[in-house]
Amino acid sequence: MGKALFDKIWDGHVIADLGNGFVLMHIDRLLLHDMSGGKALKEAIEKGYPPAQPRLTYGTPDHTMSTQPGRTEKTYAPGEPLILSMRETTSAYGIKLFDLGQDGQGIVHVMGPEQGLTLPGTTLVCGDSHTSTHGGMGALAFGIGSSELVHVIATQTMVQRKPKRLRASFEGALLSGVTAKDMILHLIGELGTAAGTGYSVEYAGSAVRSLPVEARLTLCNLTIEMGARTGMVAPDDTTYEYLAGRDYAPKGAMWDRAVAHWRTLPSDPDAEFDREHTIDMKNVAPQITWGTSPEHVIAVDRAIPDPSTGPEEKRGAWEAALRYQGLEPGKPIEGTKVDWVFIGSCTNSRISDLRAAATIVKGRHKADHVTAWVVPGSVRIKQEAEAEGLDRVFLEAGFEWREPGCSMCLASNGERVPPGKRSVSTSNRNFVGRQGPGARTHLASPAMAAAAAIKGAIADVRKI
Amino acid sequence: MDKFTKVTGVATPLMRQNVDTDLIIRIERLVDNVTREGLGPYCFEQIRFKPDGSEDPDCIFNQEPYRDAPIILSRENFGCGSSREGAVWALKGMGIKTVIAPYFGDIFNNNCFQNGILPVALPIAEIEQIADEMKASPGNARVTVDLENCTVVSPTGRVIPFQVDARRQHAMLNGLDDIAQTMSAKDKIEAWQTADKTARPWVWL
Ligand code: SF4
Repeated sequence: MGKALFDKIWDGHVIADLGNGFVLMHIDRLLLHDMSGGKALKEAIEKGYPPAQPRLTYGTPDHTMSTQPGRTEKTYAPGEPLILSMRETTSAYGIKLFDLGQDGQGIVHVMGPEQGLTLPGTTLVCGDSHTSTHGGMGALAFGIGSSELVHVIATQTMVQRKPKRLRASFEGALLSGVTAKDMILHLIGELGTAAGTGYSVEYAGSAVRSLPVEARLTLCNLTIEMGARTGMVAPDDTTYEYLAGRDYAPKGAMWDRAVAHWRTLPSDPDAEFDREHTIDMKNVAPQITWGTSPEHVIAVDRAIPDPSTGPEEKRGAWEAALRYQGLEPGKPIEGTKVDWVFIGSCTNSRISDLRAAATIVKGRHKADHVTAWVVPGSVRIKQEAEAEGLDRVFLEAGFEWREPGCSMCLASNGERVPPGKRSVSTSNRNFVGRQGPGARTHLASPAMAAAAAIKGAIADVRKI
Repeated sequence: MDKFTKVTGVATPLMRQNVDTDLIIRIERLVDNVTREGLGPYCFEQIRFKPDGSEDPDCIFNQEPYRDAPIILSRENFGCGSSREGAVWALKGMGIKTVIAPYFGDIFNNNCFQNGILPVALPIAEIEQIADEMKASPGNARVTVDLENCTVVSPTGRVIPFQVDARRQHAMLNGLDDIAQTMSAKDKIEAWQTADKTARPWVWL
């Protein structure tokens, strides 16, 4: 029987079988960020375990500093100790830090692929659940907690139990206005936020093959929102083209060797999956979430769901979500007034995302009552966008153009949507209070978010 | 790591689905200089307290006999969302020793085992019945979770078995530290790495 992409990478990293389904597995890349990086390094060192492989470890601050133009680590005071501690611990052990104000700084899940640190066929972990993003490069990547993080720092390994395999195949061409964000939201809407619990996911099918790498990263980013820790797309020529020449990617003869190995990774035709799900792209329209879970999602031209007609076991949750969001069942979601728009996060802050948003914004102006932010995912993306004049497009339309970081995705740096205000956000979580206490979040693609800023209301990007 | 063998106490029915880790602990509390041990007062703050900071009497955690309960009963997908281990530290700070739900977010589940909190998976019908037994009692109902025998004993004395990985059960009963266990395989790790440097040299920067 053939092997799946996931099994090839997994099996290739097993150091020892620990019994009862657990293995000790090698970790090829450890990425650190300011929320937990400095603390975890300190804890490992205090326990008597200096970093096992500092050269396989890379860090960047993203979570706890301001994204205000001209910011330093001091601009958001509560984050400063975290950034200083990260700086101190990484430099003590020779761990490369893409620090504030330096080339390469950015959201950790943007930084890895951008630098060529994330490679196909590698295992990569980070103390953040959206580490699944890196699976878009064909890496086996997953988020871990702080204790596991200390374990990886100390040993460069993890104790893991093999998950089951789920393959989600998207077949057909993307309809107008549809992006990778819509594909993954649609999938989560169909399967629910718990469908992936205990699974690894492989995204496949003709629509996935046609996606550029940045879109594949978006697709894999939301894997955790259906409960799976890891999601991946098989590496192919698109991946290699993206990766070639990046700072930390192999070069010359080593590159050729690496590519030859990577070509052996895609799932064999007869590989078996524990669960298969196929989506016909004809049925995927631009999506927007209405509630407080990523599975609370509909096509933008649909009505807000009525809990009394929904599945019985979800009724209570739907009612609570509508109450929190201040929405009426049965009404069209399009036209719902919006106060904030956030374009950014490790889901949708890459150059292609900013270009997609700028295409909608160009020559228009945001609605007066809307506050709209664009937060590029990294220093390099910001520079690239500025070289193309995208910053002008946004600024002239009344948007704010900010410094790279997580910002309003999680509001751990003091940047929040005010209580009761409604936001359309390109991030990945619409949980209660995620963008600030009382904030009401609607997740959507960059173009949909841009359209909402222009209209001052939830809008169908296809009509603009 | 703290040992876990057995706990007996009041179980709080927090009967919602998808209790995410953002709800358990707000991210700001992990940025502010609150220690791990000091997170308890902020656990579930979004539902325990009103916007003005006063206790919400409608929240079950603020009602007797649940105020100091060591057990939480919940619905599907408890601990989903963010990987923040602070969620487990906050639960611990609030005095929680075990959470019973049909299933858990994968990362949260792992984080629990790293901190001596036991996630117990039971069918939803069993959990609902335990919740009913709790609510039907004037405050003297108790639930027991026994890791050695892998059983939950409901307030009316029903004994419900649950499953746990033997490896994790052993580590938790004995309070074993994962890193020390892994370090005993140091030779194997180094041998693997040496071989890998030849097989995949491009990975080794
Ligand atoms: S952008 Fe949001 S989801 Fe991504 S790493 Fe930052 S906080 Fe986490």
